[in-house]
Amino acid sequence: MKAIACLVLFASLSGAASQQELRFALHSDPKTFDPLHVEDAASEAVRYVTAGVLVRVNRATDQVLPELAESWKIIEGGRAVAFHLRAGLKFSDGTPLTSADVARTVERALDPKENSPAGDSLRTGQAVPEVKVAGPLDITIRYAAPKPGIDRLFDGIGIGPTGNAKLPATAGPYFVAEFHPGTFLLLKRNPNYWKHDPAGHQLPYIDAIRIDIQQNRDIELTRFLRGELHLIPKIDPDSFDRVAKEKPGWGKSAGASLDSEFLWFNLAPAKSIPEWKKKWFQSTAFRHAVSQAIHREDIVALDYKGHAHPAAGPISTANKSWFNPELKPLAANPARAAKLLAGDGFQLRDGVLRDRDGHVVEFSLITNAGHRPREKAAALIQNDLKKVGIQVNIVTLDMGSLLERIRKSLDYEAALLGLNLEADPMELMNIWLSSGPEHSWWPSEKTPATPWEARIDALMMEQASSTSMAVRKKAVAEFQRIAVAEEPMIFLVNPDFLAAVSPVVKGLQLSVAPPQVLWNVEWLKLE
Amino acid sequence: MIWRRMALIFLVLVGLSAVLAPKVAPYSYSEQFRDSPNAPPGGKFLLGTDDMGRDRFSRLLYATAVSVTLAPAAAALSVLLALVVCAFHGRVLSGLTTIGMSIPWMFLFIILRAELPLNTAPEVSVVLTFALMGVAGWAGPARVLSGSIREMMEAGWMLHARSAGIARWRIAAVYAWPHLRSVAAAQFRALAPAYVLAEASLGLLGLGVAEPVPSWGNLLRDLQHPDMVRENPALLAPLVLLMLCLLALEAFSVRESVQ
Repeated sequence: MKAIACLVLFASLSGAASQQELRFALHSDPKTFDPLHVEDAASEAVRYVTAGVLVRVNRATDQVLPELAESWKIIEGGRAVAFHLRAGLKFSDGTPLTSADVARTVERALDPKENSPAGDSLRTGQAVPEVKVAGPLDITIRYAAPKPGIDRLFDGIGIGPTGNAKLPATAGPYFVAEFHPGTFLLLKRNPNYWKHDPAGHQLPYIDAIRIDIQQNRDIELTRFLRGELHLIPKIDPDSFDRVAKEKPGWGKSAGASLDSEFLWFNLAPAKSIPEWKKKWFQSTAFRHAVSQAIHREDIVALDYKGHAHPAAGPISTANKSWFNPELKPLAANPARAAKLLAGDGFQLRDGVLRDRDGHVVEFSLITNAGHRPREKAAALIQNDLKKVGIQVNIVTLDMGSLLERIRKSLDYEAALLGLNLEADPMELMNIWLSSGPEHSWWPSEKTPATPWEARIDALMMEQASSTSMAVRKKAVAEFQRIAVAEEPMIFLVNPDFLAAVSPVVKGLQLSVAPPQVLWNVEWLKLE
Repeated sequence: MIWRRMALIFLVLVGLSAVLAPKVAPYSYSEQFRDSPNAPPGGKFLLGTDDMGRDRFSRLLYATAVSVTLAPAAAALSVLLALVVCAFHGRVLSGLTTIGMSIPWMFLFIILRAELPLNTAPEVSVVLTFALMGVAGWAGPARVLSGSIREMMEAGWMLHARSAGIARWRIAAVYAWPHLRSVAAAQFRALAPAYVLAEASLGLLGLGVAEPVPSWGNLLRDLQHPDMVRENPALLAPLVLLMLCLLALEAFSVRESVQ
């Protein structure tokens, strides 16, 4: 009896040893496994490691690399892209993957009835590209006008099979084998994944990924420190410092991320703002003075515990391809701020700043409740501006109320928020085009209110319509210069991207572009 | 008796420190010593500093002033409103209290808070926060008080008074109020600590008293990081003070119920 028990134990232990399982946690259930309907972070994490794509942007080098497409050509002056698929591709359930599947996926993404977020990136305004299958392995997607970065778009389009299976077959490194809502997901290696390492070993190296659903970040951290989880894909500065202290070397920083924290004034013709305040906010000198009075380095040191970098403009310093290196972070200079204000007719009397008509300079700053770094940044800014005589009233609102104010009612004076961006400036169109719905200081402007806004519009359109990288870069560089010269948005810091990874995980190449930790999941190993 | 005296002395001390906070506190609650973030307790900073370099001791004194003054004021407002509502008899009152108690007031509070004028000074915002709590909390005491009123209306002395033709206001002020006073006082004592805790819960959600004004609620947010507490146990000071205040108030409540 004892011998049988030993045998069973040995068998289970040896089985466990041969089966590698990467473990980490997500903070909520993925809302969908359909790669075309991903909106939440949890679904995106699963999509990335399961969905097969035609091309993949290497997050470390920013190069576009072949995936399901063996090769491709950008033709007709950037209007079209012709993909040639690998021969013998199969989904995880063994069904063949051909250009018909690609066509069906792209057409589904573009179908207005599907309302697919993935399809939005494929459209140009209302124009929809033409999809033409030229053979079982060849497909062409054609636009009416040149589309910059036409091949890169397909990094985000997960090719799916027909049918509406609850756990659909995939063409990426893994497929979802089990889903227990609120508990865990089990991803298993796709037995038909096409990719092999140079030695001919089929990828991915790790057999399975167990993703626990863990809302509480403290418990996630404790489990990581106990060794129950292999990694935390994104971690806050306080937790990062705790990891670095308790497990030296386990905390990983990619340096400044692509994200930005910023504040802006409401420049829309809102009825709720008195005319004299509108005049302050519309004054470039006033905005510059506010920007100049803020100690960004203190926000970095006190708020982010040193895990952030002062921002130099609308594009993060981490974005090597697009950041304009002529721009430098603004060092705090309260004396210069006071001079700018004096030059604009403001007067400082008994520590209180007044405009030329005698109005006390005071404004409210809204930010989202419960976001501790933003609340702290607001308190630091409040203190900095007090030194130049400006009274700031901080108001924390729940996210719904805050969005209602900044997007619809426009009943606010100034706001402090952050942006999670990807590398390409196409991402900035919604924010910087004056007609954009997320045009922070005046959403969906009918026409540009100022000549500099008109110039930004022209530059944004130029970079969005040119296929020449040189032309795009020149336009984006000028846009950044104008954004800093006019400062409709006062950029504060670029928080660092921080993660925690156990040393048993090998092959990790942390990147600033999402998904920063798992972008090369098929190459990761556990030792 | 000894506990009651100790509780009284403690509450008087807390009250005094709250009233004298601007005189006693070594620094302003919003002064930032940016060169000394998270400083340990010591000579310059009795309880250390927070992550923005603000003196924890000064902030605790001011927070005590905020919470100890405004929570009882909010409780008094709730009881006052309850007494006003009790003027309605029968089904109307029963229906009103049922509606009042069934409203998810935390969500209502968040909505109301979001609709307040943005350019409100922090001090005014604090008062409004507690005032909203006071307004939202009338239904509980109203139900208890209405029960007492019902009993009183059927009492023999009330029937005598009414049949003797004594004016209603006189019955209410001279005969009924002494009976109701102890019930109202008990409700007040139960609500005051409840509002301190409610503000603390709102503080944990980031929706309580706005920066930079300190309250026990927003000071308690630091306890969300156990490692920080391990490094600086002085962070527990607001929690200890809150617990001692609640115990002291409880000592009075127990005495009252024994009587």
